[in-house]
Amino acid sequence: MPAVQLEGVTVQLGGRTVLRDLKFDIEPGEFVGCIGPNGAGKSTLLRVLLGLIRPTSGSIRIFGRPPRRGNRRIGYVPQQHAFYRSMPLRGRDMVGLGVDGTRYGPLLPSAGKRERVDRALREVRATAYAEAPIGQLSGGEQQRLLLAQALVSEPELLLLDEPLANLDLRSRREVVDLVCEVCEQRRIAVLFVAHDVNPLLPAMHRVLYLADGQAVIGTPDEVIQSDVLTRLFGFPVHVFHADGFVAVTSADEGGHCHA
Amino acid sequence: MPEFLQYDFMQNAFLAGTIVAVVAACVGYFVILRHVAFAGHALSHIGFSGAAGAVLIGVDPLLGLLAFTLVAALAMGFLGEQVEERDVAIGIVLAFSLGLGILFLQLYTAYASEAFSILFGTILGISHADVLTSLLIGIAVLAALTIIFRPLLFMSVNPIAAEAGGIPTRILSAVFLLLLALTVSEAVQVVGVLLIFALLIAPAATAMYLTVRVYPALAIAVVLGVLETWFGLIMAYYTNYSVSFFIAAAAVTLYLLGRLLAWRGLVGGRRSHHHYRAEMAAADTPTAVA
Repeated sequence: MPAVQLEGVTVQLGGRTVLRDLKFDIEPGEFVGCIGPNGAGKSTLLRVLLGLIRPTSGSIRIFGRPPRRGNRRIGYVPQQHAFYRSMPLRGRDMVGLGVDGTRYGPLLPSAGKRERVDRALREVRATAYAEAPIGQLSGGEQQRLLLAQALVSEPELLLLDEPLANLDLRSRREVVDLVCEVCEQRRIAVLFVAHDVNPLLPAMHRVLYLADGQAVIGTPDEVIQSDVLTRLFGFPVHVFHADGFVAVTSADEGGHCHA
Repeated sequence: MPEFLQYDFMQNAFLAGTIVAVVAACVGYFVILRHVAFAGHALSHIGFSGAAGAVLIGVDPLLGLLAFTLVAALAMGFLGEQVEERDVAIGIVLAFSLGLGILFLQLYTAYASEAFSILFGTILGISHADVLTSLLIGIAVLAALTIIFRPLLFMSVNPIAAEAGGIPTRILSAVFLLLLALTVSEAVQVVGVLLIFALLIAPAATAMYLTVRVYPALAIAVVLGVLETWFGLIMAYYTNYSVSFFIAAAAVTLYLLGRLLAWRGLVGGRRSHHHYRAEMAAADTPTAVA
């Protein structure tokens, strides 16, 4: 059974069509990168899968069932600005909220919970700074802890909303490698939203390219081609390949460049 | 029994002061975490108008406080989560409410002393019945806070993930403001409108400099709030100066001390970036990149 199944999904928000007639599947163990310019509908797509927005038409199945809020089979890392510097919380406690944060009642420490948090911290290699105040960690370290929080509930589908924003090149590579590893080891499906396609090229099996609410999906070699993207964007787009990197530019815009 | 506890009014003051200090410290922890200090400030001042109105029509000021702060908290809850917009809206409601407060006072000039006690607290005039009211409100607030504790913490730290996880974030955020309104109304009796932050913000803020662990921070905040209140009462008893002054002075002194210790890297709370990074660099083990 596919992790995600979309069939003719259209979403209109405030009279504007944000997603148009989307159709694709994501299989367990598959790493799908979701790329597109700002306003292409990437975050909306995630909110639809999370059950926070209802599609205007079409059918969505998450492991065969309609999407709903609070689905424990989904791990979600929202697009998040860095924690404020003085946030008085340890990384470990934030990760622990992924175990039971949505349930009512006071925080209750337990050996079982501690064990799960420790495992998630080891998995993202964040044990060394798990006791430090999260606000004082670097962007990459915070991103790993957020990933651990999403993983600690042992999801089968991982949704990541621009986790690479505001990270330096090295941290980007580390986060992508981590997600790739987790995807393989746990055989979970990953939908990884990013602005730039290059950091994902070594990791992703398929790419979902969104523009203006429409999408093409396929292997990076199939999709990241001048003719395919020109059809998607509706104006001439050029793709240049160099040294394992790609640059997508358009003559009209004077270049919106992924590099 | 120490001499200052031999009087009924001092016993009542200690009981009410302790209850209020405990509740305010716990709620204050979340006030800081959620960045709603301005809402707390506004609620206490809105409460002033409520108390003044109650005095004008001849009912218990606490009723006026509760009525005004609860309605204002609900209104703030509906204004939503957008901090910038919310603060502007709160500021405007606050201005209107203080205007009302001044009008109420003018209409009933005989009660200038009442106004003074609302502004600066009346802990030494607290009756046995007031203590009981404080206790009931305090138990209600702490019970509610215990029930929503985990989701409230989650949505304060990761609001979007909490919402996606199924937490009714808008409702809980309004519920928390209602608890804040109750706490503020209660605390106004002790330190007054103008010094509310001494019990609401200062103990929790100081505790957060000493530790970033959740329960230890809460425990330290409670202990600090209670000690500050007791200190204020005892000092006021022996010097005849205002209780509120001594509470505020103790709160500020301890806060500055906490900041100083944290800045010097002597305690493990919200340490300076510099100290923490230096430690990390020393303990750093290279992490393999696959």
